[in-house]
Amino acid sequence: MSVVAAPVRVAAPAGTGDRHRMTRLLTRFLRPYRRALVFVIFLLLVQAIANLYLPDLNADIINNGVLKGDTGYIISTGAFMLAVTLLLAIASIVSVYWGSKTAMAFGRDVRSAIFGKVQDFSQTEVNLFGTPSLITRNTNDVQQVQQVVAMALNMMISAPMMAIGGIIMALRQDVPLSGLIVIIVPIMGLVIGLLMVRVVPLFMAMQIKIDRINQVVRETLSGIRVIRAFVRTEHEEQRFDAANRDLTRTALSVNRIFAVMIPTLMGIFNLSAVAIMWFGSIRVDSGAMQIGNLTAFLMYIMQILMSVMMATIMFVMVPRAAVSAGRIQEVLETQPSVEDPAVPAAPSAAHGFVEFRDVEFRYPGAEHPVLRGISFSAGPGETTAIVGSTGSGKSTLINLVPRFYDVTSGSVLVDGVDVREMRQEDLWRKVGVVPQQAFLFNGTVASNVRYGDPDATDDEILHTLEVAQGREFVMEMPDGLAAPITQGGSNVSGGQRQRLAIARALAKRPEVYIFDDSFSALDFKTDSMLRAALRQELDSATVIIVAQRVGTIMTADRIVVMDDGMVVGIGTHAELMETCPTYREIVFSQLSEAEVA
Amino acid sequence: MSQRAGTGGHSGTGAPAGADGRPRPPMRPGGFGGGPHGMGGMMPAEKSRDFRGSFRRLLGELRPERRQIVLVMLLAIVSVTFAVVGPKILGNATNILFEGVVGKQLPAGISADQAVAALRAQGQDRMADMLASMHVTPGVGVDFGALGSILLVLIGVYLVSSVFSWAQAYIMAGATQRTVYRMRRQVDQKLARLPLHYFDSHPRGDILSRVTNDIDNISQTLQQSLTQLITSLFTIIGVLIMMFWISPLLAVIALLTIPLSIVVTLLIARRSQKQFAAQWQSTGALNGHVEEMHTGHNIVKVFGHRDEALETFDRENHRLFQASYKAQFISGIIQPSMNFIANLNYVAICVIGGVRVANGQMSLGDVQAFIQYTRQFTMPIVQAASIMNVLQSAVASAERVFELLDEAEEAPDTTTPQRLRYAVGRVVLDNVSFRYEPETPLIEDLDLVVAPGQTVAIVGPTGAGKTTLVNLLMRFYEIDGGRITVDGIDTREMTRDDLRRTFGMVLQDAWLFKGTIRENIAYGRDDATEEAILDAARAAHVDHFVRTLAAGYDTILDDDASNVSQGERQLLTIARAFVVDPPILILDEATSSVDTRTEVLIQRAMAKLMKGRTSFVIAHRLSTIRDADTILVMNHGRIIEQGTHGELLARNGFYADLYNSQFVEALDTAI
Repeated sequence: MSVVAAPVRVAAPAGTGDRHRMTRLLTRFLRPYRRALVFVIFLLLVQAIANLYLPDLNADIINNGVLKGDTGYIISTGAFMLAVTLLLAIASIVSVYWGSKTAMAFGRDVRSAIFGKVQDFSQTEVNLFGTPSLITRNTNDVQQVQQVVAMALNMMISAPMMAIGGIIMALRQDVPLSGLIVIIVPIMGLVIGLLMVRVVPLFMAMQIKIDRINQVVRETLSGIRVIRAFVRTEHEEQRFDAANRDLTRTALSVNRIFAVMIPTLMGIFNLSAVAIMWFGSIRVDSGAMQIGNLTAFLMYIMQILMSVMMATIMFVMVPRAAVSAGRIQEVLETQPSVEDPAVPAAPSAAHGFVEFRDVEFRYPGAEHPVLRGISFSAGPGETTAIVGSTGSGKSTLINLVPRFYDVTSGSVLVDGVDVREMRQEDLWRKVGVVPQQAFLFNGTVASNVRYGDPDATDDEILHTLEVAQGREFVMEMPDGLAAPITQGGSNVSGGQRQRLAIARALAKRPEVYIFDDSFSALDFKTDSMLRAALRQELDSATVIIVAQRVGTIMTADRIVVMDDGMVVGIGTHAELMETCPTYREIVFSQLSEAEVA
Repeated sequence: MSQRAGTGGHSGTGAPAGADGRPRPPMRPGGFGGGPHGMGGMMPAEKSRDFRGSFRRLLGELRPERRQIVLVMLLAIVSVTFAVVGPKILGNATNILFEGVVGKQLPAGISADQAVAALRAQGQDRMADMLASMHVTPGVGVDFGALGSILLVLIGVYLVSSVFSWAQAYIMAGATQRTVYRMRRQVDQKLARLPLHYFDSHPRGDILSRVTNDIDNISQTLQQSLTQLITSLFTIIGVLIMMFWISPLLAVIALLTIPLSIVVTLLIARRSQKQFAAQWQSTGALNGHVEEMHTGHNIVKVFGHRDEALETFDRENHRLFQASYKAQFISGIIQPSMNFIANLNYVAICVIGGVRVANGQMSLGDVQAFIQYTRQFTMPIVQAASIMNVLQSAVASAERVFELLDEAEEAPDTTTPQRLRYAVGRVVLDNVSFRYEPETPLIEDLDLVVAPGQTVAIVGPTGAGKTTLVNLLMRFYEIDGGRITVDGIDTREMTRDDLRRTFGMVLQDAWLFKGTIRENIAYGRDDATEEAILDAARAAHVDHFVRTLAAGYDTILDDDASNVSQGERQLLTIARAFVVDPPILILDEATSSVDTRTEVLIQRAMAKLMKGRTSFVIAHRLSTIRDADTILVMNHGRIIEQGTHGELLARNGFYADLYNSQFVEALDTAI
């Protein structure tokens, strides 16, 4: 009802902020696996050494075996080489095992942490991020980061080791020739840098364009009836096509840059081999170097350059993962505005008392409060109705009771205790809510009603359904209580959904019932029968009803009339008809024609 | 030798970017390289039922790009040839160097033959053999002239190879992106042709996931695997040719590694396929749970199900972890296994090659070139193994997309449509019958005549199926019997577009799209003038509200966010109907969550809109019902009574009961 201006969060480019966030995320969630990490790094080191040792053995075979014609040496060294190779294979399989396990466990833990965190969020934080974004962050973004971790544990870490090892080995073979590294590596770095500068912004753009496709299709799906009714299919297709083209263009640019990157690096790579061959030959000819050393040197250089290249390719993924890590950290670092008190108040003996004391509420960052100076109380056995126009703050007001939001001033008391001083679980045990949008869970009719009471018997469920005026239609379903309910309750009508949501709240048997405009989709007859049944069933409970229809609330013990965030009248229907012009206006606007009749 | 880091080698392959440009490491098999996976909570288990069929069909999607692909293949042949020839030339350079080194050690002035003879005399037969096979000039060092020219050739070869592999990747980028673009468009266009029934019976998230995530997955795979597959195949062939050229014996040894590699790859891939499928399934399940719990956030909390939600999450999360680490690990085995096979091969080549060089049967340069080729040979094989993995998830996605593309479409519009020029709005339902489920009759033999300008009120309890009638009038669903005519023309004789243009619709769920208020009001008419938009807004009593907004008519509406209240949304949809100015109206009066002042505005706006138009109203207001020319009373999906207010009251049936219990009672207590 109330207009909540959700702050739009645009993913900032992967600046230093995101990178710091990524570091924090990695540090926090990899810490428990530091032993495995050390082990994997050790194994990678073993692999790097083995990999670096192999060209050395190769050089030996050539220098000492082939050149001297020593077949025995070739075979014995070859056997040794195979042993090294086997060690290498075993080391890499073990490290892949632990690396995969660690990376995936990292992902699992991050997902779990996000989900747990969001469970602790209040409505304010959920609105801040938006449900779809929270879903994406919980799965998709984690996937991005997890992927980079997996790769890092497989290759990225070994790349610098290989490069450093390669340099050492190359230096051992021939120092002057190693000077070529100083020339080649910066050239590669320059090329990579130039391409990266162009490609990273494109990545950012691409994410946004994929979002756009998502959005257009989502709108097409949700508005399908309207689109067809207004004969706008073609228009929608054009909209999609524009988004599609836009995305394709960006993806093409990215891919074309990559099309340049790899052959260029390969070219530099191969030209380096030629240069080494030339300068190496000069040294060999002058007797400063052996041929075998030159061959080995060539291999080491290739190794170094290959490491640099692999690292590059992987580091391209880092900016994207950093954006995702930033988005994850944003969730994890958000402090829920509603939290349990450090020292909860002792549970009170009272039951079913709700009191608003000079309540003020404003949305974060809002200039004007949505609610001001609201005071009234409700007790057991009473029905309190809240009426008022759109934006008068009715829904916001009742959302303060279960602490979906917290007051910004004043207080809400349940059973004499400020709700902020209670443990949320204790509070929620006392309160049953039927929300404006009756949301059902994937499952059956019975499982949805049991959401309120896991131990409810079938008879009890049938009883609550009876009260909620839902028994008839449930029994008409082929599977009765076992009838399937799809996610959100999309396979039952709006009125049926509301009645099931009411049954769910009834099954919970709380002290305080809150009906937030929960009868809106019911026809008048069902509405009146339901209210009659509720009156009987809930004779000792506290009932708070937000409603639009006067018929729904006329019989309430107390009607609170709200206007523009303030209470403009409290009383019974008869009293308010006398004293409250706003109320009279509401009543007449709905019944004027009937009156004439 | 290590192939671990040494992927690309000299083969110049494999742009590491996914088709949509997301970088992927060339050696990491699919699934993990993937971007967004399965958003749809209802995603079924991904199993490739008909892997071959779907794979072939996926390739068929590339048909329009066949010229480009042929060109890429030709380029690949050239670039692979040059890349493959490179090491051979480098080998020649090594030979020259080696000969120079040996020559320098020999005393100047004698001929090569003399040197060989001298060695034999010393009993060094092997050295003699080796020397005999070389072109050595004793006393002369490295022939830098010859070396230089060889290296120049080499530079040329490598440059050409690079240029060609760039061209290849460049063309392929276009080919795949266009293909992906077409697939996305196909799906979107398909959505427009699917009957409404499809949308009513499929979870939104699942359809969405097919359009975005699955196609995305395919797109990421296509570019990478296609270029790699082509280059890999050619490289294997090219390298084999070179190997046989240099040394048939060594080539046969190298050849032996192929079946070995294939067997190992198949063994591994079969296991990883299972894990990938499990991983996808769990991702979907997890997504579904997250979506559901986040959407029902407050309910979960206030009903005390937080811990249960966490437990369920952790259970599925753990399953996902299990499947994904196993999939990752199993695919991770491919590389070390291939490397080990490669190294076996490598040592064998070294040993046998070394012996042959020592025996003078082969030159050192050739052995080195051969060793280079051995490394190059492993590369494409490892790549092919990885591609197999990537393809498994891509084909699974393709299958989901094809499934959507294969859904039965709406019956096509008649080819000889009758056009309704100026509809007056006479609607006749003649003996109409309809059922959603073949077994359960819903509407039987319905007759209804609505004269132009008349109002039909549809009343009945919640869930009575009032929207069914709307579905039939708009041809969202097809009737099973009888006929519906508008101004005497059977609606099936018109195009759906023409039919729907004669109707204006104001629904309960006020659907607005992301765009300005102006665009939303003008939604039904492209050519709406500013004046028409303002008139419509005034008629719908929304002009005043819009003007209170900072950006006025340029205010951007959010697709599901809350910058405009429910009531204001409804007013906007009424304005939208005004702009279209249709002869026939379908209105849903149910005004949930609307305050009474807005309600009054809506009521007035609707009354104004209905004036002079034939209207079908899903009625909730007593006044509308009483004033209607015909009332259709529905219950349990059927029309049970039909007539005017007076007639129905006189009949003393369901309607009379409904009327008495609801309105009269409500009025009595109110006043």
